[in-house]
Amino acid sequence: MAISNAKTGLLAGALAISMVGVGFAAVPLYRLFCQVTGFGGTTMRVDAAQAATVSVTNKSIVVRFDANHRGDLPWEFKPERPTDTVSIGAKDMSIFLAKNLSSEPVTGTATFNVTPALAGKYFNKIQCFCFTEQTLKPGEQVRMPVLYYVDPKIMTDPETKDIEEITLSYTFYPVEKPNTVDPQANGS
Amino acid sequence: MTTIAATGTDLHAHDHHDADHKPGFFARWFMSTNHKDIGTLYLIFAIFAGIVGGAISGLMRLELAAPGIQYLQGWASMMAGKEASLDEAYHMWNVLITAHGLIMVFFMVMPAIIGGFGNWFVPLMIGAPDMAFPRMNNVSFWLTVVAFIMLLGSSFVPGGTGLGAGTGWTVYAPLSTSGSVGPAVDMAIFSLHLAGAASILGAINFITTIFNMRAPGMTLHKMPLFVWSVLVTAFLLLLALPVLAAAITMLLVDRNFGGAFFDAAAGGDPVLYQHLFWFFGHPEVYIMILPGFGIISQIVATFSRKPVFGYLGMAYAMVAIGVVGFVVWAHHMFTTGMSVDMKMYFTAATMVIAVPTGIKIFSWIATMWGGSVSFKTPMVWAMGFIFMFTVGGVTGVVLANGGLDDNLHDTYYVVAHFHYVLSLGAVFSLFAGFYYWFGKMSGRHLNEFLGHLHFWVFFIGVNVLFFPMHFLGNSGMPRRYPDYPEAFAYWNGVASMGYAIMAVGILIFFVNVIWSLLAGRRAEDNYWGEGATTLEWTLTSPPPYHQFETLPVIK
Repeated sequence: MAISNAKTGLLAGALAISMVGVGFAAVPLYRLFCQVTGFGGTTMRVDAAQAATVSVTNKSIVVRFDANHRGDLPWEFKPERPTDTVSIGAKDMSIFLAKNLSSEPVTGTATFNVTPALAGKYFNKIQCFCFTEQTLKPGEQVRMPVLYYVDPKIMTDPETKDIEEITLSYTFYPVEKPNTVDPQANGS
Repeated sequence: MTTIAATGTDLHAHDHHDADHKPGFFARWFMSTNHKDIGTLYLIFAIFAGIVGGAISGLMRLELAAPGIQYLQGWASMMAGKEASLDEAYHMWNVLITAHGLIMVFFMVMPAIIGGFGNWFVPLMIGAPDMAFPRMNNVSFWLTVVAFIMLLGSSFVPGGTGLGAGTGWTVYAPLSTSGSVGPAVDMAIFSLHLAGAASILGAINFITTIFNMRAPGMTLHKMPLFVWSVLVTAFLLLLALPVLAAAITMLLVDRNFGGAFFDAAAGGDPVLYQHLFWFFGHPEVYIMILPGFGIISQIVATFSRKPVFGYLGMAYAMVAIGVVGFVVWAHHMFTTGMSVDMKMYFTAATMVIAVPTGIKIFSWIATMWGGSVSFKTPMVWAMGFIFMFTVGGVTGVVLANGGLDDNLHDTYYVVAHFHYVLSLGAVFSLFAGFYYWFGKMSGRHLNEFLGHLHFWVFFIGVNVLFFPMHFLGNSGMPRRYPDYPEAFAYWNGVASMGYAIMAVGILIFFVNVIWSLLAGRRAEDNYWGEGATTLEWTLTSPPPYHQFETLPVIK
């Protein structure tokens, strides 16, 4: 009986430990789930070939741009224009401006989503600065493009057909903690 | 004792082994490996924690008795040792609600119902000499004690705006990460880790004991329903608590090691924490109530002098509740921006749970139907449980609706709902079990009159306390605030009076326990008579220190 107890106990223990694994595995799984379903306003990523198959409709939608950065990233970050009115299905390019205010090169990357969250699965990005990390030299200013379109299916989905305005939001955060940031911003 | 050599399980030097031979005080209570002693320790611990958690709710009801901030700033100043600001006073409120929730869930209900009654009666009911891993059992208990001390200790160290962890029992990020600087929340999280580890070890112990140590003839389908309930609960613990452990470990990483699991400004998502928490949190509510279901089944059958109606249906209803309980968690998160389709799924899945729960309520009533019912104290508590739990279940079905929940989320309606199923459901089952088994555990009878008086005062008290919260919630009073507009004053005043009535009931309980321990009538082996058919009633009251050295055979 003692062997049997140890065996049952170990099996039960293994079950508990594997559930710890499931708990941690939830992090990448959740990310994957969001990327696939657009959950939580996660935008979709498409290539140019897919984008070419989409037909432009004559209904338009307002896209509003929101730009933030975390407190410990010494950048200035803003959209060139606060809103764009685009035809649903049409490709649109919008520009974000970022400037490194510190005297050292800083690398950042942006997290993003759209509001209302339900619009995420119909918001397709062909090109985005947020797909990669951006390194800005001291004082450097860059213009960063986003190429996107709103999928015409948004007009037929009962949950999203009433949406008239989508807000695309970016938050830049440092990839590596910047060493001591020089408070004196490099001019120019 | 002649069969000991034959079974070969117990080797000892003396010829005349005394089954009642007990170790000295320190070895018996501090190094205990005896399931009955550990069960007693758990019960004493749970009663102590219940007093602390109950006193905290008394402070909250005192503050909420009238609009405005009356006492909070004074208490915060007392804790801090200096004049506290209004913000520190509000933080104090958060600390109180957090402590009340965590203490009642992890240090009162769970230790009492699983650690206390589970340890005491699972081995007795299946005819086992002890738990499978007696030393691990001891580790579980003392880990729980250390966890409780950690949690209490966290109230004396900084936790952001003031002293203590003010995150709510859910420890939601970002309030629990960037919102609460200081060691208090780390201590509270560590306390949860320890309590969780203790419960997981306990669950492993119960599963092994129930699977491997049943007496000959005690098949799974002959096990008493209380044992079934603890078995299902142990599996829920095993599957749910590790996920909580993972989630709160991620909180620690976010807090202390620059992680960004739940930090939206660095690619994380705070809603992920809510998903992880409620994947644990929803099964957790069944962890607290299922053993109560088991206790009620034993009691209703005993005092109706009938076997429980639909035994297999009762057992598998608990299994079904356990299984479905894992796929309904997001009904706690209806307001996090879910799509209508997701809300529909979680609404429907949640309502499905009403079916096995309804089977249980029906079967209890069907057990009483046509039975020879005697209204002894445990039975009135059990009937009180059935009534209160049904009220809480009905408001649960209301809250399960994603559309309605948009309105009721985080209002006092929710507070009323979960206090009806827990504070009145789980707690009534605890009192029912206590009155049912006290004689068996202590060898002394509790006083019937005081037991009934306790029931009626407590029953009236908790209903006056919690029923008005439905009205407050329906009118839109949010939970977790120390103050409210004039419009909510009347029912809040009534609720606070209900608390006072309930507190008198608790006093009667302690008088009864102390009086009975000192001067109670000696309990016979089977003091409930022919209705009590489980194995613990074949033993003396209290049972011998080591029981079933000759395993009983179940026909």
